[in-house]
Amino acid sequence: MKVLIHSSFERTRRRRAIWDRAMVYVLSLCAIGVLFILFNILTHLFIQGITSLNPEFFTNLPKPVGEKGGGMANAIAGTFTLLGLAVCLGVPIGLGAGIYLSEYADLKFAHAVRFMSDVMNGIPSIVYGIFAYTVCVLPMKSFSALSGGFALGIMMIPMITRTSEQFVRMVPVQLREAGLALGVPKWRVIVDIVVPAALGGIMTGIMVTLARVAGETAPLLFTAFGNRYWQHSLAQPIAALPLQVFTYAISPFDDWHRQAWAGAIVLILMVFMINGWAQFYVVRHSRWLSGK
Amino acid sequence: MDLTGSIKVKNLNFYYGDNHMLKNISMTVEPHQIVAMIGPSGCGKSTLIRIFNRMNDLIPSTRVEGEVLVDGVNIYDKEIDVVGLRRRVGMVFQKSTPFPKSIYENIAYGLKIVGIKDHRILNETVEKSLKRAALWEEVKDHLNKSAMSLSGGQQQRLCIARAIAVDPEIILMDEPCSALDPIATARIEELMGNLKDEYTIVIVTHNMQQAARVSDKTAFLMHGQIIEFTKTTDFFTKPSSKITEDYITGRFG
Repeated sequence: MKVLIHSSFERTRRRRAIWDRAMVYVLSLCAIGVLFILFNILTHLFIQGITSLNPEFFTNLPKPVGEKGGGMANAIAGTFTLLGLAVCLGVPIGLGAGIYLSEYADLKFAHAVRFMSDVMNGIPSIVYGIFAYTVCVLPMKSFSALSGGFALGIMMIPMITRTSEQFVRMVPVQLREAGLALGVPKWRVIVDIVVPAALGGIMTGIMVTLARVAGETAPLLFTAFGNRYWQHSLAQPIAALPLQVFTYAISPFDDWHRQAWAGAIVLILMVFMINGWAQFYVVRHSRWLSGK
Repeated sequence: MDLTGSIKVKNLNFYYGDNHMLKNISMTVEPHQIVAMIGPSGCGKSTLIRIFNRMNDLIPSTRVEGEVLVDGVNIYDKEIDVVGLRRRVGMVFQKSTPFPKSIYENIAYGLKIVGIKDHRILNETVEKSLKRAALWEEVKDHLNKSAMSLSGGQQQRLCIARAIAVDPEIILMDEPCSALDPIATARIEELMGNLKDEYTIVIVTHNMQQAARVSDKTAFLMHGQIIEFTKTTDFFTKPSSKITEDYITGRFG
């Protein structure tokens, strides 16, 4: 038996070595593929849009057809406004639900909510737009920044619920017990100890979610609607970068096409910036915690 | 002087689901004594210590029968304020559990919770507690550094300082030295001797030498029952039970 296993082992040695090598190549090729696609998108964006990226782009309103120049100042501000509104709705509800599921809910209920969240995450974003149109735009009888923020906000809720539940749950039981053993009421333990301990993960979850909704166009089509001018209140239609990019991209004018590319660059940079800024604080905080 | 911090357990039974974890436990802990609880893994000593501050309440489907009197009041009475009880009965855990806050905030937190805002009182208490826990000299120049940056032994002394900052009557220690090196362990044992004049201490330990070194009385548990509970000197020199003798001489466990 021993001899048999040994000879068979020797016989297959070459083949195993080849397979081993082949697998490493295939997997590394996949990894390179990821980088290649990302690199291509970014270079394409920059080549097409860089010529339109000038100070004017950030300070001016769009110009009428035929006039050269103009910018997307209102769309940039609009996207910030919409994201701000979305955060105001999505973060408190999502985070609160996540904390409740992790700290209070019985397993069956938590499981049910988790399942619903996954279903909600799978709903096409345009459906959120239709929903916001029905419950916000129709009663208000106007497209508005509020309804756009509402659409993005309810999109954020299930994603933030999932991530914050996951990270709050990861906080060691011992830390909770230590708080309770000190005679601290449960809700204070959660607010003062558990959530701060999970803050890095929670923030990362919020940032990923924010980056995703920042680029959403479909839910804004019939909520925020877009605006070629500055809006004066949150109850009016508001411009947004993805909308502006969409409108310009399907236009027949070369100048607008270039501006659409530039808008896409700015959108990516915005997400980068918000992420970088949040990462800066999270990393600084976790450095302080670990004493480095 | 009227001393507080006594524990009297009467016919205690504890169930976890269908498991009968603690069987008919009766014992008395005098104020300002150190009582050690030893026994093989799974004998129920950790479960018993967690009875004293109702930590087991956090585990679903558990049930307590019998009485546990802390200073004459049954802590399993329906009217008992558990949060208030835990302020009087502090606890230090096996794994050190600094909060994700600064050293100063870790100690001051228990006071801030009860509404003490006066900075003078907070500063004084932080200093006093850290001195009492023999940690002050090491951390006094960086109280604003994160508590998680301390070494394991320092973290454990921080947890002791945090527990005494709220001025409890009883301190429960659940294997406080099991993750520490001998030097850090020695410091904590020395500390326990100093704390005895103000607090009652109940300590669970796997280390029989430690029980012999620090405690006034020792309880030996097995299969959820107290086999022997007597003065530590007698316990280790002339145990009355054969099982105890076998255990402390290392014949099993």
